[in-house]
Amino acid sequence: MSEYVVLSYVDIALASVFLLLNGVLSLWLKLGVARNLVFATLRMVVQLLLVGLLLKSLFTIQSPWLTLLIALLMIGFAAREIWARQERRLKGWQGMAIGGTSMGASVGVVALVALIVLVQPEPWWHPRYALPLLGMIMGNAMTGISLSLDTLHTALNREQRAIEAQLLLGADKWQAMRPFIRQAMRAGFMPSINAMAAIGVVSLPGMMTGQILSGVDPNEAVKYQLMVMFLIAGATGLAVMLATLGSARALSDDRDRLRIDRLRKVKA
Amino acid sequence: MLEIKALSRLHIGPVSLSVANGEIIAITGPSGCGKSVLLRAVADLDPNEGHLETQSGVRAEIPAPAWRRKVGYLPAESGWWADTVAAHFETPDKIDPASLGLAPEAMGWDVARLSSGERQRLAFLRLLEHCPDVLLLDEPTAPLDAASTALFEARLKRCVASGVSVVLVTHDPAQATRIADRHFVLDSGQLSEAAHV
Repeated sequence: MSEYVVLSYVDIALASVFLLLNGVLSLWLKLGVARNLVFATLRMVVQLLLVGLLLKSLFTIQSPWLTLLIALLMIGFAAREIWARQERRLKGWQGMAIGGTSMGASVGVVALVALIVLVQPEPWWHPRYALPLLGMIMGNAMTGISLSLDTLHTALNREQRAIEAQLLLGADKWQAMRPFIRQAMRAGFMPSINAMAAIGVVSLPGMMTGQILSGVDPNEAVKYQLMVMFLIAGATGLAVMLATLGSARALSDDRDRLRIDRLRKVKA
Repeated sequence: MLEIKALSRLHIGPVSLSVANGEIIAITGPSGCGKSVLLRAVADLDPNEGHLETQSGVRAEIPAPAWRRKVGYLPAESGWWADTVAAHFETPDKIDPASLGLAPEAMGWDVARLSSGERQRLAFLRLLEHCPDVLLLDEPTAPLDAASTALFEARLKRCVASGVSVVLVTHDPAQATRIADRHFVLDSGQLSEAAHV
């Protein structure tokens, strides 16, 4: 059962033929994405090759501090990515800190529980388990947070007059912002809900497919995938709620004012 | 009563002003001189400095929502957060839209179909529900015709008769003369009393 087909670099190059075809077609149709496509492809190749090397050496060195350092770096990159994906961002250090800390806290707790209570590798922080788990949970939490913050900031900016109308009639800031906080949280939850609804019927998740391709029994692969999906959905939900509440708090003040002046519009 | 001492916000101020119970003061000034900025600051809707008080207490000692219930601000363009007019009122059954020349069934309308004049009058009725001590009105009759303006002013005078203090921002000098007890001009961030009403 544990036999798996080793891929050669020629196989991988051949697999990219269809992507190349996409590039040629996009040039022909003047889609204006050829440049982005090339950059994204090169980034992916370089990043994955590097991460492969990095993981291999991390597995050999097996240092808890190095593993922690890599985990923190991953959180830092994700925080920057969340920040970059918002059309209207909080000004100053809070712009990156709210997304980063919400994600770090929720993903950190969920990943710790998964490692110490569920998977129980020896040692519990073993990079071979800790980093892939963290990466999978974080990738999804990142999407959830950036969607919810983008929704919240856009809605608060657009509905300033309606929110202030409620404040003027004596509502407190939480009452006035509540519908938009809910809307933002829903937006952050949607990818997890959609993914869980479609999984196994429409899509076969990458991790499970990868395990099956590398020879793992499908039942075992499914068990792993279920655990990962529970962790992903749980951590994403917590991260979305923390980030949305944190950002709503930062966009109001202790005199129950809406502080749209703390937002900065980035691009059209 | 509204007492304002050394209120500053952005390029406005320091502004000091005292409005007695049952008094209407009018503020005029060129467009963009900061009349709305001043009213927003009094309502504590933007960060500002200064000492403000009404008969209900000192602003700094009262939670902001309680202050805004007592110091009712009607912006030039009102905000609406629900689909129907009635959803914006605490006791829609007790509201009489006809008193401001609106159709009696206006409470059942959708906000989306309201004209700017209807919005303004309904927003005024919504503000009065909380029986504020002070009214801050930002060009309240700009979208209204003469007949509706007269009804609005009559309603305002009823409020004043019951002791409400009013700060009225207007672009209409005739209105300032007609209903205000004193007339101020805001220019270059400073408020000064006009010689004649």
